[in-house]
Amino acid sequence: MDMYTENILDLYKNPRNKGSLENPTHENSRNNPLCGDEITIQLITDNNQIEDVKFDGIGCAISQASASMLTDKIKGMSIENIKKINKDDVLGMLHIPISPGRLKCALLSLETLKGALEIQ
Amino acid sequence: MNFKQDFPIFEHNKDLIYLDSAATSQRPKEVIKSLTDFYEKENANIHRGVYTLSEQATENYKKAREKIAQFLNANSKEIIFTRNTTESMNILTNTIKPLLEGGRDEILLTEMEHHSNLVPWQQFAKTNNMKLKFIPITENYELDYEKARKLINEKTALVSLTHMSNVFGTINDIKQIIDLAKDNNVLTIIDAAQSISHMKIDVKQLDCDFLAFSSHKMLGPMGIGILYGKEKHLEKIQPSLFGGGMINTVSYEGATWADLPEKFEAGTQNIAESLALGTAIDYLEEIGFNKIQEHEKELTQYTLEQLSKLDNIEIYNPGIEKSSAIISFNLKDIHSHDVATILNESKIAIRAGHHCCMPLMKKLNIPGTCRVSLSIFNTKGDIDKLIESLKKCQGVFR
Repeated sequence: MDMYTENILDLYKNPRNKGSLENPTHENSRNNPLCGDEITIQLITDNNQIEDVKFDGIGCAISQASASMLTDKIKGMSIENIKKINKDDVLGMLHIPISPGRLKCALLSLETLKGALEIQ
Repeated sequence: MNFKQDFPIFEHNKDLIYLDSAATSQRPKEVIKSLTDFYEKENANIHRGVYTLSEQATENYKKAREKIAQFLNANSKEIIFTRNTTESMNILTNTIKPLLEGGRDEILLTEMEHHSNLVPWQQFAKTNNMKLKFIPITENYELDYEKARKLINEKTALVSLTHMSNVFGTINDIKQIIDLAKDNNVLTIIDAAQSISHMKIDVKQLDCDFLAFSSHKMLGPMGIGILYGKEKHLEKIQPSLFGGGMINTVSYEGATWADLPEKFEAGTQNIAESLALGTAIDYLEEIGFNKIQEHEKELTQYTLEQLSKLDNIEIYNPGIEKSSAIISFNLKDIHSHDVATILNESKIAIRAGHHCCMPLMKKLNIPGTCRVSLSIFNTKGDIDKLIESLKKCQGVFR
């Protein structure tokens, strides 16, 4: 079970930064048309930096772990640097072999984040 | 009897446990041979060819249509070749308007429709300023026939519903709905995409106005589907695809249409696939629907029993008396995609997610389900391996 490492399973059961923010400056929801899973990301930015971030929504272990890792990573990061995060960075963080059918799950949080900041 | 030997996919994928026939079935070697035979030995376009190969192809295409007509107890003029169920439904939403009585502004569907029998009607309702109504489902994953009785009334223009739920495996009592509809002069459309490979369908006995299905879910090739319509209706409606093959005469100013069924078949058709669908029907009829049903019922019951023995499982099924061959479930706190991924490690193919029924999932308040669907070639051994792997999955997530 290469995909289900201890780290992934731990983040699934104990996600980081899950919940909602009271006064987000940015917010976006995206769904994975493959399975119907939806993820919402809320952000508070100040001076083009991420002050705080939360995500919410139900999903598979891969999408939940990916959201936990990504939200951890971007805290304090500048929007300029977030623009540079790509697919390979997310797959690198997950550090598991992702089958083509599950790629959407892994990348849903990155798409949602970029949508929230209206960047590509 | 072991039917797996009839399906070459299992020769090329050793140890594959295929439990996803509701998405697309596997194909017996005769069906595949029928495709290659056409392209290798008989390939020519139909109609207007006066050479032997073309005449033969035209004749075989005609015979395939006759076979499908007989299979459904229809006549050949009532059988239109399409690409799949979805395309059949879209042809209807694009053409059916002249059949609808004025003053009736409600389209009746059910809460368990596949997107293919929902989204086209949503568009139709929007364009024609009509309302969509839905026959609800009960807590036992069946249609609420009491409510259906009230929903079918003088405001209803048509009712379009699935014969068999692709999520729950529920076999709907479509005869009851059709009879109710007839009493109220309401047109009836049946989505037989799932039921067609599991039971004998007789359109005369059902007395439905239209019925649609795909070849690829009944052991036939992909890319070919059927729209059945009563001859009197098909005569009345206009085609929605125009071009070669569907005309009688053409001038620079206009055209007249060919007779049924060619009127609805513009452009070069999927000829090899139509013939191979005929071969798939031969295969099914040779085994016989009695035997198919007996096998699938027994296996469905076995699957339900074995699944019920697992801890922390929720099964979405109305019971063996009211369903067959399709079982949805969820393992507690494990997403269906994760279950399917872990089962794949053991070469077990199931489907996970919303099964093209997003509103239904929302109603059930779940993101999706794991779905096991059975065919003639599945065995109790397949189910034993499924159960073993589900336990493994629960172990991983413990």
